[in-house]
Amino acid sequence: MTTFSAVHTPSRWWQSRVMRRFMEHRLALLGLSMITLLTLACIVGPSLLPYDSLSIDLRARFAPPLSGGHYLGTDPLGRDVAARLLMAGRISLLVGFTAMLLSIVVGTVVGVIAGYQGGWINAVLMRTVDGFLSYPSIFLLLALAAALKPSPVMITVIIAVTSWMEVARIVEAEVRSLKEREFVLAGRMLGLGRAHIMFREILPNAMGPIIVAATLTVARAILLEAYVSFLGFGIQPPLPSWGNMLNGAQQYLGSAPWLAIIPGAAITIAVTSFNFIGDGLRDALDVRHDTI
Amino acid sequence: MPAFLLKRLMQSVMLLVIVSIVGFVVLNLIPGGPMAQYALDPGMTQEDMNRLAEQLGLNRPLWVQYLDWIWRLVQGDWGTSFRDGSPVLDVIGRHVFATLLLMGSSTVIAVAVGTWIGIRGATHRYSTFDYLATVGAMIALSIPTFWFGLIGIYVFSLKLGWLPAGNMYTIGDGSVLNYLHHLIMPSTVLALVHIAIWSRFMRAATLDAISQEFVKTARAKGVGERRVILKHVVGNALLPMITLAGVQLPSLLTGALVTETVFTWPGMGRLFLDSLGYSDYPVVMGLLIFSAILTIAGNLIADIVVALVDPRIRLA
Repeated sequence: MTTFSAVHTPSRWWQSRVMRRFMEHRLALLGLSMITLLTLACIVGPSLLPYDSLSIDLRARFAPPLSGGHYLGTDPLGRDVAARLLMAGRISLLVGFTAMLLSIVVGTVVGVIAGYQGGWINAVLMRTVDGFLSYPSIFLLLALAAALKPSPVMITVIIAVTSWMEVARIVEAEVRSLKEREFVLAGRMLGLGRAHIMFREILPNAMGPIIVAATLTVARAILLEAYVSFLGFGIQPPLPSWGNMLNGAQQYLGSAPWLAIIPGAAITIAVTSFNFIGDGLRDALDVRHDTI
Repeated sequence: MPAFLLKRLMQSVMLLVIVSIVGFVVLNLIPGGPMAQYALDPGMTQEDMNRLAEQLGLNRPLWVQYLDWIWRLVQGDWGTSFRDGSPVLDVIGRHVFATLLLMGSSTVIAVAVGTWIGIRGATHRYSTFDYLATVGAMIALSIPTFWFGLIGIYVFSLKLGWLPAGNMYTIGDGSVLNYLHHLIMPSTVLALVHIAIWSRFMRAATLDAISQEFVKTARAKGVGERRVILKHVVGNALLPMITLAGVQLPSLLTGALVTETVFTWPGMGRLFLDSLGYSDYPVVMGLLIFSAILTIAGNLIADIVVALVDPRIRLA
């Protein structure tokens, strides 16, 4: 947030134009409050529930929601779905957020260097971006996940590997237009180093699009984690994630539909919230790029 | 036109080279590399491994291996499947039709519905319809495809019994109607995300076209509003959508893989997952490269079509 105030120089950051416009965006506020509630529930919730996410109770298998103290029912091993859902939320949100940080860092560095240096450096970097973008992300993701013995850390890294390209493209375009501005020329005349101009002068001015991209990348990363885990190549049980809770759900669809409905609803709510926030930030920061 | 074609073709070939390098690097990133599956065999001694590596040419420098691999790829030798020993290209070929059928039908749905929503949203800007379409698109983009598929199966197969829960046709009934019946749910599920994307872009493109001078001219000449929109605006708005269709191919393939898994659809996505399960790396690699080629070819075709339709582009 300090970067905003450096750019727009209001007296207090919460009084800034950007902040005001964001607060007027009803969907963004809805998203922000939903994500805050969800995060709090995932952090505090598991210790408030009477059941542990890993404790197996074979006498209470397939208990429907709201029965025997199981608010959201139990799974095929008699584990409490509510407890698992909240523990899974910790993992899914953490993986999504960390993967976003990684892809933003990689994408920004690549984008800034490519955009500022131009020439053959730009050509090599941006054509590599094109190369990665030619693969359907799930194909690349699954191939890597299957080969690299998945752990939560590895899954995070792999998701970042398949998500940094959009950010690189956005940053590259922004930096390419920013480097023609007077303040960059002024910086050069002051004898500032190339790295200083790229990362201390230009980058802060490109923060708007990067922040929007970051929000949308969290949404994308949560979805990707859900996809690989659903397909059985992501987060491995007994560790729960929203995706792997759905992994076996299809075979019990007729008898225990809540096993499929509940985790999917959690994913949809989390991802929708981040997309709403991203939309609000795009309006508030006046970002032109129409990335959906 | 020939100059434009040649330039665009060269770009695609360049991209193919880069894509193959990325694919080759990914294959060699795997611990144990292409030898990984042999290393699992307890009967293999280090001596056997070395001999095998020499036979397969894996002891050569990486760039020689790459050139050799790419040369065989170009000649149509994509290796043989570990699973049943048949050539990789044949294995892929057996699964292409199902995937193309699924992708094609869902694209038809996405284009039809998305175009309608986009135009209506633009001509009735800031109306309730427009607002609901905007919010609806954001939600549709957030729903995991497989979950939407599971809900669909629960409602339409298990509860209502209207649609089959999976497979491409009923065994013993190969009629077109039977295929269509099985196609309805998977292609609708796959289309959802693309309806959202298509309607957003169509709305933006329509708004862009409406504000152009030739629309004012048409209105000034007294052309009816319906005709202005259908003939002058939509025609121009659809042009950038051709490019979009090409750009959306990777995400369509991603969706197809997930949809095929949920609906036991015998396409490339299912093949990919099965091959991963069997550690059938030649097929996995082949599908990776094939999906990238499909994407690049799709983009190339889209650009050529745009150039054919719009003279401004090929003259520029």
